[in-house]
Amino acid sequence: MSDVALGAGGTIPPAEVEDVELYHPKSWVTKYVFCQDAKVIALQYSATALAIGLVALVLSWLMRLQLAFPGQFSFIQPADYYQYITMHGMIMVIYLLTALFLGGFGNYLIPLMLGARDMVFPYVNMLSYWVYLLAVLVLAAGFFVPGGPTGAGWTLYPPQAILSGTPGTDWGIITMLASLILFIIGFTMGGLNYVVTVLQGRTRGMTLMRMPLTVWGIFTATVMALLAFPALFAACVMMLLDRLLGTSFFMPAIVAMGQPLNYGGGSPILWQHLFWFFGHPEVYIVALPAFGIVSDLISTHARKNIFGYRMMVWAIVGIGALSFIVWAHHMYISGMNPRFGFFFATTTLIIAVPTAIKVYNWVLTLWRGDIHLTVPMLFALAFIVTFVNGGLTGLFLGNVVVDVPLSATMFVVAHFHMVMGIAPILVVFGGIYHWYPKVTGRMLNDVMGKFHFWVTFLGAYAIFFPMHYLGLMGVPRRYYELGDAAFVPPSAATLNIFMTVAALFVGFAQLVFLFNLIWSLFKGNAAGPNPWHATTLEWQTPTTPPPHGNWGKQLPVVYRWAYDYSVPGAKQDFIPQNQPPAASLAT
Amino acid sequence: MRSLHPEIQYATLSQQGETAQLGMWVFIATETLFFGALIFAYYIYRNAYPKEFSEAAKNTVLWCGSLNIGILLTSSLTMVLAIDAAADGRRRALRNWLLATAALGIVFICIKGFEWYLDYSNQEVPSINFIIKPEEAPAGELFWVFYFIATGLHALHLTIGIGLIFYTLSRVRRGDLAPAYYAPLEVVGLYWSFVDTVWIFLYPTIYLVGRS
Repeated sequence: MSDVALGAGGTIPPAEVEDVELYHPKSWVTKYVFCQDAKVIALQYSATALAIGLVALVLSWLMRLQLAFPGQFSFIQPADYYQYITMHGMIMVIYLLTALFLGGFGNYLIPLMLGARDMVFPYVNMLSYWVYLLAVLVLAAGFFVPGGPTGAGWTLYPPQAILSGTPGTDWGIITMLASLILFIIGFTMGGLNYVVTVLQGRTRGMTLMRMPLTVWGIFTATVMALLAFPALFAACVMMLLDRLLGTSFFMPAIVAMGQPLNYGGGSPILWQHLFWFFGHPEVYIVALPAFGIVSDLISTHARKNIFGYRMMVWAIVGIGALSFIVWAHHMYISGMNPRFGFFFATTTLIIAVPTAIKVYNWVLTLWRGDIHLTVPMLFALAFIVTFVNGGLTGLFLGNVVVDVPLSATMFVVAHFHMVMGIAPILVVFGGIYHWYPKVTGRMLNDVMGKFHFWVTFLGAYAIFFPMHYLGLMGVPRRYYELGDAAFVPPSAATLNIFMTVAALFVGFAQLVFLFNLIWSLFKGNAAGPNPWHATTLEWQTPTTPPPHGNWGKQLPVVYRWAYDYSVPGAKQDFIPQNQPPAASLAT
Repeated sequence: MRSLHPEIQYATLSQQGETAQLGMWVFIATETLFFGALIFAYYIYRNAYPKEFSEAAKNTVLWCGSLNIGILLTSSLTMVLAIDAAADGRRRALRNWLLATAALGIVFICIKGFEWYLDYSNQEVPSINFIIKPEEAPAGELFWVFYFIATGLHALHLTIGIGLIFYTLSRVRRGDLAPAYYAPLEVVGLYWSFVDTVWIFLYPTIYLVGRS
């Protein structure tokens, strides 16, 4: 797979260069604000996502403080607690992880890794960011409207999401639904770019089966998102009408305080189906880019080709397809027809097969590799461990009979935080440490990076491992406080304090990370064009950081796959994708 | 006519044209999922309340919907003729066929608006002017809600389409389209046909199924 059949020593002539002056943004505004360059849009996406993610981090501190020291903080009332839960979940899943992986990493890496000058629709791409920013602002406005943000839980289940009694039914639920609608509009504009750029914008020689797995992961996740988000879009429009115009899409006949409400005929479970038809693919929309990035990090930092590239690609595509037929495993206790449970439990467990293929291939890539324990590599290794841990509890919860007693407990909270909270965010960090030198031309500080890694990694386990235990004891989730429940032993309170202290430490480490991002921008060591000796195209740009248009006058030509590390007989232990076959041999 | 050259991220004009069309196809895929969720929800409720939904469907204005499907199908024909004219470089014919397409779209919207007015007079508009008819009780209001959401969203899409046609007309005047490159028009044509197709699904769903 490494070399192309070109005839003996033949090379592909470089792409013809048009004799027109390349368009470049001239003014400050078109360069940094209303910019159509995918790289700038990527940084705008990343900065916005990290900023709103910081808000969600603070919310998680507040929740942990309440759980550890119930009644000690007068400013955390029960209604506040539910609002924290809702906003924390929604921000982390959609506005941080989805936006950062697809809008951030996707925008930066897709054109560069494919040897394109830019995304195919730069103007639409720019709009995508600004609509996303608007969505974030509308979401954040929820904190300032009368009644505060919605406290319906991140799944926004009707009817309670829009009935009085739930926090934030005045304005909060409206800003939330409006923000989601905006987010989906913005994401669709960006997603069109990512998909079509991969299909149409690749440089010469970059066949689909030579693309780095990062691109495969982001591409598949974007296809899934484009298919999954419209269901949420339709559902959000319908619920907004239920709330604003009093329609009954999701509202059954309800009697409140002895008075029948002006609703009737709708089905709340229909919302759950539409929501989880989006919601389960969403898990993999976050996970697949992480899978792809981790594959590249491991291959680069272990100086070995990825094991089973083809299998890895098909596993990504297979997981993407399967994830559309498992959604109702979130609904075993919803009141849907119990017979569905058998089908959805089966499909859920089948997903373990391609997922396990990926884990085995990562381990086999590491096997007898020349492992460099750099900061990105540490995060990648931590991801594998964490993902396996979270995946194993997923096997528990995929089975109906095990899920039913555990579904409303902390066990579920621990499971999804391990598998789709901690695991993907570790990859986000790994990816940032890996590509920061390309973005800025400087390395991130290594000491601060290692501190950040160890506190985050060990701290995350200190938070979430005990949480599994609490869940098995029957400690319910979503509870403001436990009171004197007889089934909860006193040790639960001690554990809760331990977890909260760990959470505060982990949060502090993130502040160190943010400091590192800014400090290294000015004081970091100069990185050079290819500090990790990586093969993929983004490291072969003529200048670092890459300019608008990425490649100067001449596009790169690709002669090999992305994983030519430690090739026997080669001059170096890596061969860039754009190096012609004859030049790589030892002379 | 200005000289045509591709944007910097493309190698050739034909690549740029193909890419634009692929982008529209992907967008149509997401739109299909969006309208699909809506129509799917409609049929779930129709299945739950078959009697009320058929009775309510009989109170829709059949001639408006039927006339409109004829108009939209015709407009797709004129759109294709416009693309054909663009491919041959017949600019007058291109402009006229585009104007005809936009005009048919506007006629559709007018008939739709008149139909909504009839529905309003008939007190069928939920949460604005609604009195449940005895034969539609108790769940008939759900039908009308879907009716207004679906036709409203369709009319919104059609309005956007009409706007796109006028935008394309301005590009024709500027000389942006040539037989060598008329992909922007083909993209608008794809969108137009999609909006047409949505009505082909909505028409039997709303007007015909309940009358059988």
